[in-house]
Amino acid sequence: MTDTTHSPSPDAFNLKQALKDAGFAGMVTFGLCVPIVAFRAEQDMANKLVLQQRWWMALVITGLVVVARFLFSLHQHSRRNEHGPQTSAGAAGVLALIKPYLAPLGFGFITIYPLMMLAMHGPGGSIKWIDNFGIQILIYVMLGWGLNIVVGLAGLLDLGYVAFYAVGAYSYALIATKVIPQTFPFLGVWAFWICLPISGLLAALWGILLGFPVLRLRGDYLAIVTLAFGEIIRLVLINWVDFSNGYAGLSSIPRPSFFGIPFNASDTGFAAVFGLEFSPIYRTIFLYYVILVLSLMTAYVTLKLRRLPVGRAWEALREDEIACRSLGINTTITKLTAFAIGAMFGGFAGCFFAARQGFISPESFVFLESAQILAIVVLGGMGSLFGVVVASIALVGGIEILRELDFLKEVFGPTFDPSQYRMLVFGVAMVLMMLWKPRGLISTRDPSVIYKERKAISGSMVQEGHG
Amino acid sequence: MAIFIQQLINGLTLGSIYGLIAIGYTMVFGIIGMVNFAHGDVFMVSSFIALLLLLVATTLFGFGLVPALFLVLVLGMLITGLWNWTIERTAYRPLRGSFRLAPLISAIGMSILLSNLIQVIQGPRNKPVPPMFTQVLPLFEENGYTVGIGYKQIVIMVVTAVLLGLFWYIVQKTPLGRAQRACEQDQKMAALLGIDVDKTISLTFVLGAALAAVAGVMYIMYYGVINFSDGFVPGVKAFTAAVLGGIGSLPGAVIGGLLIGLIETMWSAYFSIDYKDVAAFSILAITLVFLPTGLLGRPEVEKV
Repeated sequence: MTDTTHSPSPDAFNLKQALKDAGFAGMVTFGLCVPIVAFRAEQDMANKLVLQQRWWMALVITGLVVVARFLFSLHQHSRRNEHGPQTSAGAAGVLALIKPYLAPLGFGFITIYPLMMLAMHGPGGSIKWIDNFGIQILIYVMLGWGLNIVVGLAGLLDLGYVAFYAVGAYSYALIATKVIPQTFPFLGVWAFWICLPISGLLAALWGILLGFPVLRLRGDYLAIVTLAFGEIIRLVLINWVDFSNGYAGLSSIPRPSFFGIPFNASDTGFAAVFGLEFSPIYRTIFLYYVILVLSLMTAYVTLKLRRLPVGRAWEALREDEIACRSLGINTTITKLTAFAIGAMFGGFAGCFFAARQGFISPESFVFLESAQILAIVVLGGMGSLFGVVVASIALVGGIEILRELDFLKEVFGPTFDPSQYRMLVFGVAMVLMMLWKPRGLISTRDPSVIYKERKAISGSMVQEGHG
Repeated sequence: MAIFIQQLINGLTLGSIYGLIAIGYTMVFGIIGMVNFAHGDVFMVSSFIALLLLLVATTLFGFGLVPALFLVLVLGMLITGLWNWTIERTAYRPLRGSFRLAPLISAIGMSILLSNLIQVIQGPRNKPVPPMFTQVLPLFEENGYTVGIGYKQIVIMVVTAVLLGLFWYIVQKTPLGRAQRACEQDQKMAALLGIDVDKTISLTFVLGAALAAVAGVMYIMYYGVINFSDGFVPGVKAFTAAVLGGIGSLPGAVIGGLLIGLIETMWSAYFSIDYKDVAAFSILAITLVFLPTGLLGRPEVEKV
């Protein structure tokens, strides 16, 4: 028990209440665990379910929750008794000091990242770092920035963004494997560069097509219809086997060339032309820079659009649709441009994805992807470009790091498979991050229009899109 | 004609399951204006709870099928209610009054969490459920095609109808239902009149989960198999049903559920089974374009 006379605050730690809370949490947890953790149904040889009892597991989980709840009470108590956030003020000071250098430093790091990894891990070991971390995160940054136009700027809640990603990927895959070799064989090495704009345009077209029927819908209705469209596109890709080869997907999709020079071991290949020893790492590094340029283009276009009338109309639409209409803004055009431009960047990203993987199937375009992209945008603090980067690194990088936890096998025995906990941890992280920062990581943003001096707006003053 | 009537029976059975889940969506949306994305996974968890309780009751305690099912229904509703209560308490209540997308993202996270939790603790493989009530009651015969109604279909429809009646009674006639409807109309005013809004919202989640638990029992009885990933598609369809019926309206949810069930079975029977989900989603989109508030939804009047 805390001694109240010496404590700076009269608020003593209520041990009894804390114990009571912890006990209650434990009881609830045990109740939750009773059938679902304490028993496990397992098939036997005859394919019949038999019960296994695992009461120890339920008790362990209950114990953990009791301890966690008690520690939470302690933590809340100590937070109440703190006098002013000195530590965070110090951190804020440091942050303010380095803030002007943050953008160039970050940009510099991103630019030399593949070369750094190459120097650190050698050509063989660095592929994992550049591909799984660098390229993977940059794809999600680009998708996040694309969706940010629809959700963050125009305030239209889109739960089916992955549909446009799929349109882009399938456009490239189908054109590059079916149309180009038969009709324009001389374009072979240029396939990626020709299809990139086509994929973007096709995705934008689909954005407009899907945007039309939902123009009248608002908020959650819009969300559910976009979700339905995302699912329809995926289901059609699964079932229309003649067109998309169904579940089996499309394989041997041509990889991008270095502006006409393919990355292969032949005499005209990249390595031979530049007098280098052949290694797959050059293609990976090149892909990294391609997606980097594509995402920077997305960011640049977003920043420029915010200054144009259409960008201002988007943000006005997000704040108040009725006011928009009464001021003579054409809401139909405004919404459709947001859908189309957002979809176009999704299409570019999809085209890149197909070219990077060399294989695509409908499995890559499930709802979970849309949810993940939306989570990145919301977690980044809607409308904040930098926030999307931070959120992508946290979520996508986090998922990738969870793949690397093989050493836990040595702790928990060889039957322990850390990869199956990956999505579980992802779900927990999503909930906890929302509870911790409901407004997203970067909740302040620069105003689009400045009167006399630049003032930061708190995110809480910005509307969140009623659709 | 015979095939049509057979499909009608099948569609209504499936529709009752969707309707039961849809009520959970529509009630939560009605009272706090939030899409409870995890509700489909709560339904999936409830199916697993039902499966395990059924095995416990029949193998450990040696109950007969009918008393065991009754026990599973009651206990399943209670435990699933506790699950949804906990979810609301930990993941949604702290975000109430915060930015509107925050609870949605939290709910999506909760949905991922629940399905992967079940995958981890119950294993990724399909769980076959021992078949029950396999007899079929023949109704009439036409051109050598016998139209029949399975005993389990009768059980599903009767249980659904009884529980919907009970539920209607709770919402319309009890103080709890009155409090719930009051909070739906105006939370601030309800609080001023002495209604514990937090408690009412919690109870709404518990009620929705209890009906999802009934749907869970019916689902494993009807399909005879359950998997950790089986929450998403029924969840989306039930939400579709809720939107189709007019979100916020309880009879609308039931009607929407029956409609979605009918559309799905009719489409599978007459057109293509592969595209049944496409049909359900397309009809959702088309309905919303022409009837933006659903069939029974109140038009949203915006005051400026």
